[in-house]
Amino acid sequence: MNFLFAAYTAIWIVLSWYLFSLSRRQKRVENELTRMEAKIKESLK
Amino acid sequence: MRSLNWLLFPTLLLILISLYCIFIYAPTESSMGEVQRIFYFHVPSAWTGFLGIFLVFFCSILFLIKNDRAWDIRAAAAAEVGAIFTTMVLISGPLWAKPIWGIYWTWDAKLTSLFVLWLIYLGYLLLRRLLESPIQRARLSAVFGIIGAIDVPIVYMSNRWWRTQHPQPVMGGGESSGLEPSMLFTFLLSLTAFTFLFFLLWRMRCRIEESADRLEALHRELNTRLQEGK
Repeated sequence: MNFLFAAYTAIWIVLSWYLFSLSRRQKRVENELTRMEAKIKESLK
Repeated sequence: MRSLNWLLFPTLLLILISLYCIFIYAPTESSMGEVQRIFYFHVPSAWTGFLGIFLVFFCSILFLIKNDRAWDIRAAAAAEVGAIFTTMVLISGPLWAKPIWGIYWTWDAKLTSLFVLWLIYLGYLLLRRLLESPIQRARLSAVFGIIGAIDVPIVYMSNRWWRTQHPQPVMGGGESSGLEPSMLFTFLLSLTAFTFLFFLLWRMRCRIEESADRLEALHRELNTRLQEGK
């Protein structure tokens, strides 16, 4: 039972970490995109 | 993220139903006991690990033929997600092996070829990080991905070709192979849930790369404007 618990816990930790990493990367790129679009708008003025 | 909802909700639902089936619906296997339930995550993780390298192979070929960056993005995303699922196989396998075989790991053909697949994934991802030129990166990693996919049939067939510590396939492994109907249902459900999860993560990873490309284009546009303004 301990091995079963350990295996499932490990799998969920890996999956959660990856999902967190993906959402963090997506957020970072989107923030940078917003900042860059604002800069371009400013350069047009 | 909003347009991923069509994939997110079925995935979550399938995972929840799978968990119910794995821990409540499926009977306890008579010889291995409760620890056999690792099977319902271990094999689907291996399947999605193979799916990842298959997509790398397929998208890399299309990239080399069409020279379209979209295929390079898809191949790179598939490699990253495939590496995650292969890592999960390498974690769940030893935790299943210890109570059954008495050891966590042995260098038999099946386990070694799977470990090689994991190294191929890492090599592919490392290559992409090390090469700075986007064209060189895309071309070399496509070639690497195509060659690397050769390992998959070896992993799959290894316990048929050689005598291994790893058991024979549960399905299609001869006369004594097969699963009890409720176990088979749970397994197929878990397999479907993992396939959906794979495609969800793959799409999410592709989007990041697409956004990064857009950002790169905006950087170039801004630099051009600034140079024109000088």
